[in-house]
Amino acid sequence: MTTFIVRRLVSLLLTLLGGFTVLFILFFALPGDPAELMAGGGNKNPSPAVVAAIREKFHLNDSVAEQYVRRLGETVTLSGTSYQTKEPVRDVVAERLPNSLRLAVWAIAIEITVGVGFGVLSARRRNSFADYASTLSAVVMSAIPVFVLAYLLKQVTGVYAFQHNWPDALRLPPIGIGPKEWYLGFIPSLEQLKYLIQPAIILASVSTAIVARLTRTTVLEASTMDHVRTARSKGLRDGEVTRRHILRNALIPVVTFLGIDFGTLVGFAVLTETVFDWPGLGSKVARAASTGDLPVVLALSMVVMLVYGLANLIVDVSYAWLDPRIRRNGGAR
Amino acid sequence: MTIDSMSLGTDLPDADATLAQAGVGRSLAQDAWRRFRRNRLAMVGLGIVVFLILVAVIGPFLVQDPTSYSKRVFLEPPTNQHPFGVDRRGGDVLANVVHGIRLSLFIGLLATILETVIGVVVGAVAGWFGRWTDAFIMRFVDIMLGIPYILLAYAFITVLGKGVAAVVLTLALTAWLQTARTVRAGFLQARELEYVEAARALGVPSRRIMWRHILPNVFQPVVVLIAVGVGSAILAEAALSFLGVGVQFPDPSLGRMIAEFSSDFPRAPYLLVFPGAAIMLSVLGFLLVGDGLRDALDVKDV
Repeated sequence: MTTFIVRRLVSLLLTLLGGFTVLFILFFALPGDPAELMAGGGNKNPSPAVVAAIREKFHLNDSVAEQYVRRLGETVTLSGTSYQTKEPVRDVVAERLPNSLRLAVWAIAIEITVGVGFGVLSARRRNSFADYASTLSAVVMSAIPVFVLAYLLKQVTGVYAFQHNWPDALRLPPIGIGPKEWYLGFIPSLEQLKYLIQPAIILASVSTAIVARLTRTTVLEASTMDHVRTARSKGLRDGEVTRRHILRNALIPVVTFLGIDFGTLVGFAVLTETVFDWPGLGSKVARAASTGDLPVVLALSMVVMLVYGLANLIVDVSYAWLDPRIRRNGGAR
Repeated sequence: MTIDSMSLGTDLPDADATLAQAGVGRSLAQDAWRRFRRNRLAMVGLGIVVFLILVAVIGPFLVQDPTSYSKRVFLEPPTNQHPFGVDRRGGDVLANVVHGIRLSLFIGLLATILETVIGVVVGAVAGWFGRWTDAFIMRFVDIMLGIPYILLAYAFITVLGKGVAAVVLTLALTAWLQTARTVRAGFLQARELEYVEAARALGVPSRRIMWRHILPNVFQPVVVLIAVGVGSAILAEAALSFLGVGVQFPDPSLGRMIAEFSSDFPRAPYLLVFPGAAIMLSVLGFLLVGDGLRDALDVKDV
């Protein structure tokens, strides 16, 4: 088990290093000059002396190899400074990461309750209305762009709800992070919930449909297993069989999906964050990338990749822990 | 056929009868098409795709010029003259949607062709040569897949610039990884099979074995990936254009339209509904066709 974890950690570190290298090379090849960017960009026409001074100060005249090593150290220790806003990168991470984590946690909570719930329901009542509804929504969700869905939701809660005097709970503020009232780090106050609920629903939407489909398939598969028949013939009640004998087996692939999805949601929520103006990691990385803000891009993408890799690792470890067969084979997949 | 089954001939159930017919002179493609045709959702998808292609080819002749703006009407709800309404600039929404569909189909198809070529070549080389070549290529693929997609896309866009050509290249350069993996897996399996051994023994050159003997045998999952890939490429193009790093003004783009007019949605929801529905329909069509192909070709794990 320990060897397994160590091996996975090493491969995670190698992946991070590889990702860093690819991004460094790609952004290093950029035509724009970071020194000019820091001196005010192309529109202000900075004086050559200022640009030269900046280039000296940030070691931009060094060789590629020296810059690579310096950048790597700077990224690992999160000690860089944004070209654009002059903010320390560490502050950017400290501000953005909690926002992203909170949103992702609540999105996952929605996926579990709604997705697994609908999946079990449509497996147990096959060809019922709930079954067709979840099939249809899974198809539609995979085709509709997240931002279209987000604007449609805003159209309902932010426009029609006000026009038709719907109850207060359905009239939601359009965008922003809200009053930043969190209990124990993750539980929003009632006022905060109004800001959180919409982006969380939208962020969860696509995956919820996938979780429902996945749960349906695995529950159907697990219900045909021998031990389930045994449980039934022992005279256990239906609910008990589903809960204790079917779900335990059926949920393993679902948990795998949720773990990987959590890693994705933390860093990939650009579209949701953009529509709802939620200050998370994804939108910051996107903005930094489009302005060539190398220190921010590298640091934030390493954070995102680390979260993603750790989520995968935890899933694999729990898998090995749940299933002795994997453990015995030394974790070879 | 044995005498036994001959004598039972009249009692043959339907499935066996079809099976007996299927044995006679029908190619794999014909067989797959028969299965595809029986799949209702797949046929709906095919219908959508055909409709979209018609819109892309004939549509532009039927609507007005998307870059000509009315000087009198702004933000007008759908009328007979402007069935999808008029935007803030006085542009006809229908014309913009039709041209937007055309451009996103073009980008989706071109990017997928490019992506498939890269993926097939890389995957084939890795799977055929194995050893260090394989290890090196697959580690690279793993690393690329470990980088968040949107970040990779932004990195390529910042290097390549914005606009249609950059979007096509970006989509292709980020999407070939999955194809390469699939093709490699197929090659790894096929390399050990008897027909490849036979070809080798006959002295057929490596390159010919790769492209003529193995590739046609491992191509079925790639066909599925192509159909699904066009759908994903259209979705990704819409997202990039929405974020302002994809297709640029004045080229028509559904994603860019939605970003541009988002502040008008409360008063003019038709500015959201029509371009949004157009994107959804395009993606849906290709995804359904992909699903149908997956079943018809009996491909798993893609």
